[in-house]
Amino acid sequence: MNLSILFSEPYRKIAKDGLWTNNVVLTQNLALCPLLAVTGTATNGLGMGLATTVVMVASNGAVSLSRHLIPPEIRIPIFVLLIAALVTLVDIFLNAWMHELHKVLGLFIPLIVTNCVILGRAEAFASKQPVLPSVWDGLMMGIGFTLAMVVLGAAREIGAAGTLFANASVLLGEQFRFIELTVIPEYKGFLLLALPPGGFIVLGFMIAGKRLLERRRAPKTVPGLEGLNSIGQASWESR
Amino acid sequence: MNSDSVYRQRVGYALRTVNRVRQKLAVWLEPDNLARLRPKLHYQAGVLAGFALAASILLGLADLATRNVIQMRLEEDLKASLEEVVPAALHDNDLLADTVAVPSAGAAIGTDETVVYLAKKAGSVTAVSFKFAAPDGYAGPIHLVMGIASNGEILGVRVISHTETPGLGDKIEITKSKWVLSFNGKSLDNLTFEEWAVKKDGGVFDQFAGATITPRKVVQAIRRGLEFFQAHQAEWVGH
Ligand SMILES: Cc1cc2nc3c(=O)[nH]c(=O)nc-3n(C[C@H](O)[C@H](O)[C@H](O)COP(=O)(O)O)c2cc1C
Repeated sequence: MNLSILFSEPYRKIAKDGLWTNNVVLTQNLALCPLLAVTGTATNGLGMGLATTVVMVASNGAVSLSRHLIPPEIRIPIFVLLIAALVTLVDIFLNAWMHELHKVLGLFIPLIVTNCVILGRAEAFASKQPVLPSVWDGLMMGIGFTLAMVVLGAAREIGAAGTLFANASVLLGEQFRFIELTVIPEYKGFLLLALPPGGFIVLGFMIAGKRLLERRRAPKTVPGLEGLNSIGQASWESR
Repeated sequence: MNSDSVYRQRVGYALRTVNRVRQKLAVWLEPDNLARLRPKLHYQAGVLAGFALAASILLGLADLATRNVIQMRLEEDLKASLEEVVPAALHDNDLLADTVAVPSAGAAIGTDETVVYLAKKAGSVTAVSFKFAAPDGYAGPIHLVMGIASNGEILGVRVISHTETPGLGDKIEITKSKWVLSFNGKSLDNLTFEEWAVKKDGGVFDQFAGATITPRKVVQAIRRGLEFFQAHQAEWVGH
């Protein structure tokens, strides 16, 4: 298969959408349940992001493959069935063959089912598109989600414990021990950031930061208020 | 010769059947045909049932393929945590093989029945270990495992899992603090009932700054665990 197609215009747009413009967390404001539950540390955010990406790629692929078979009236139960089955498969395969990782992520994997982004991408994209773009969309949305999770986890971990990527070697293997950092030695910790409200607060700053960046980049002719409006609208429509 | 030609005939027949089914399937899967079928109720019911069946088969197969591996991993986990609290020098038997199940509803250590692992050296019991819980931790039950020498002294205690607040209650984990090691060598004989408490309550065990509830409940659960041992000491150890 010739993969250079992935650099063509439509695929580049899918990638940009997933990673930035239509980012699951920062623009669509979806997936907040797993987001706040697991992003106490950057490592947990990374693990959850990767597991979600795998499920999203597989579910987009499966939905796209069977899109002609599925009548619109019963598409939602079928998507839910597919996603639940995939998550269960990931859960038991991890438990059997990547047991250490499963001990870290175990609690959170069933939570992937509650991640409405996966259903959202099945509905909005994969059920209407051929397999390759669908898989690509799942991958890019997943990576965008993972990035947001890691940034949020890193901010909370540094603030709450003064470390970064603690226990990453459990997740990624011994050779990644070097990324485990102590950013602030002898740090007393700021508990709020480790608790769910801290997740909301940091997330708020991240979303605000992204909008600020977009506003800066937008053509100057758009007055401030209207600019805000159109961004709000975009995220509303994509929901 | 004769049987050979019969055999060839049968293979030819099977191949032709497969081919015919494939052609039928290809015709059935034509987009036009599917578009005609999709609105029909019986088709929708059939598709939903088909997806459910496929998902069930897939999950069943995955379960078959992983069940033994997962069982093995869980036993390794259990063995590892038992070995943390019962030194290898104390036994020459397989801890997982020498067990007794003891009713423990009255002992308030989390479960109605506790599996006790007997450590034996040259046939006589040198230590026991069992999993138990502080059912009333700050944020839910705290699951523990403890090893007790035959004379009633604690060999070691470890936390298996808990949901206490990170940064406050999680100092009960060995990876976060050496606190659990303060139980080593303690017994109901060398501390009085009053001393089996955190310092704030007049006992000998440290509490954590800003978190008294977690260590208090753990100390109490360990004391109840020792009482559970004492009640059965004669029957397990034989003196
Ligand atoms: C958000 C939050 C989480 C807490 N988590 C714990 C905990 O996990 N374990 C605990 O013992 N106390 C925890 N506490 C503190 C208890 O509410 C209580 O104040 C403390 O255990 C009493 O200890 P002190 O007598 O030293 O103040 C928490 C408090 C707050 C506000």
